Amino acid sequence: MKIHAILGRDPDSQGLLQVTRAADQTQSRKTQDKESGKSKETREAKDLSERGKKLKEDMDELVDEIDEVLEENAEEFVKNYIQRGGE
Amino acid sequence: MRKRIFGLENEYGIVFTPEGRKTLPVEKAIRFLFEKLITTEHFLNVFLENGARFYQDTGCHPEYATPECASPRDLVLYDRAGERILEDLQAYAEGKVREDGVAGTLSIFKNNTDFVGNSYGCHENYLVDRDVDFYYLAEQLIPFLVTRQIYTGAGKVFQTQDGVHYCISQRAQHIYQKISGTTTNDRSIINTRDEPHADREKYRRLHVIVGDSNMSEYTNFLKVGTAAVVLQMIEDNFIKKDLTMRNPVKSIKDISYDVTCKKRIRLDNGKEYSPIEIQREYLDLAQDYQERYGVDDQLKDVIQKWAYVLGKLEDDPNKLDREIDWVIKRHMIEEYLDRRGMRWTNPRVYMMDLQFHDIRRDKGLFYLLERTGRAERILNDEEIEHAKEHPPSDTRAKLRGDFIKLARKNNIQYDLDWSNIRLGNLLNVRVICNNPFETDTEKVTELVRTIQKTNLRKTSLSKLVIQS
Repeated sequence: MKIHAILGRDPDSQGLLQVTRAADQTQSRKTQDKESGKSKETREAKDLSERGKKLKEDMDELVDEIDEVLEENAEEFVKNYIQRGGE
Repeated sequence: MRKRIFGLENEYGIVFTPEGRKTLPVEKAIRFLFEKLITTEHFLNVFLENGARFYQDTGCHPEYATPECASPRDLVLYDRAGERILEDLQAYAEGKVREDGVAGTLSIFKNNTDFVGNSYGCHENYLVDRDVDFYYLAEQLIPFLVTRQIYTGAGKVFQTQDGVHYCISQRAQHIYQKISGTTTNDRSIINTRDEPHADREKYRRLHVIVGDSNMSEYTNFLKVGTAAVVLQMIEDNFIKKDLTMRNPVKSIKDISYDVTCKKRIRLDNGKEYSPIEIQREYLDLAQDYQERYGVDDQLKDVIQKWAYVLGKLEDDPNKLDREIDWVIKRHMIEEYLDRRGMRWTNPRVYMMDLQFHDIRRDKGLFYLLERTGRAERILNDEEIEHAKEHPPSDTRAKLRGDFIKLARKNNIQYDLDWSNIRLGNLLNVRVICNNPFETDTEKVTELVRTIQKTNLRKTSLSKLVIQS
């Protein structure tokens, strides 16, 4: 009973115990983080390259679509586009 | 002022490109645009069923002025509806020209410059509290208007001796004054035109002529929305900071030429800020204001979007390639050149710069981006279609729009301006509506009913004035 009581009241031992437990948890969290971090990184990299690929395809598509509608005589058209000042 | 009237005027660029040798001067082409609008009014100046005004302006530009709107979102909606109306008229006019024996294309652009140095405008109108001193208002507003181009500019390709460049704003290089009374020369940041079309004792009209015409709904919404927030703060005397610039007219050009948005400009107090930092000052105030006094849901949305774009601009402006006109356009041109192995000196660069603003949805490059999900939207197509024929329900435009419908149905002769309706054979009956927030159409309906009953041709009614 006494020992229990001392243990219970002793701030240092209690503190130590908590610190040790916390350190253990941190350690295991760190390991987990490391693992999941790694797979997360690969996943992100994969996502990024996929997104990049998609973006590239999307832009290729857009440029083709621009060519379909863009005025053919660009130079002539722009030269003739003269407006009078407004307002 | 918690309730405000907004209006937006856009002058459009127009060019006729003949297919053969036979051509048509633009003065004639523009007349065909108006032909479809059956009206009893003056030929090149008409009010439409949605309450808007469509007319030929200085320099042969078709101009559309939105009806009175009571919110920034409605303003963007009715501005967009104007584009659609013009798109319909363009198709009709092109057909008519062809019937007339001239084959070709009539192109209409919602931009503000050609490539030889002419400019035409986009004017914003805000009804403001008459009690606020105009010069105080202007001084508080100018640093905001000079720097807001970083998220409201429509972008522009231009050439100097050093080569081809891209600047943020179409209008910046055409601004020569801080404040002035003219719009055709010595263009200014703020114009002193003060026709409130409302009770002059209570309101004045703030006429801002420094902005670009916008293609992106998001950009357009931010342009008028942030102005609404800043005006509300000025009217409530909430802005105590002095952001007066040493040389706002020079600064507006310097900012436009810097696509990084980070170069510092000098204030009157000697300090130097980047345009993003100046906008940040206004945004911080707005967030403070919102916390202290609260703002309506739309302005909440505006402040949120404002914070979002400033964050992106600080980080990398290119990240706004779905939201902000000048970034959207530049990104599109860069991607094109990159894939086609072309340089900025290629004539197609200018063509893309122009065609981005083509109002035809099957031809305009902005619309290509929007249609394929590459531009953020604020509106949907159904409401735009509806707004072509129906006025806003919460302003005086409702009176006007409903009257036009009734008068046309009953073949009644009429003449209109923003606050007057004249009708009858001799246009001797007049309805005055000096309150732009008035929506009670009962008076107008009653009047039309009376006229139908009495037949104005026979009546001795010499002059009737109804004032509301």
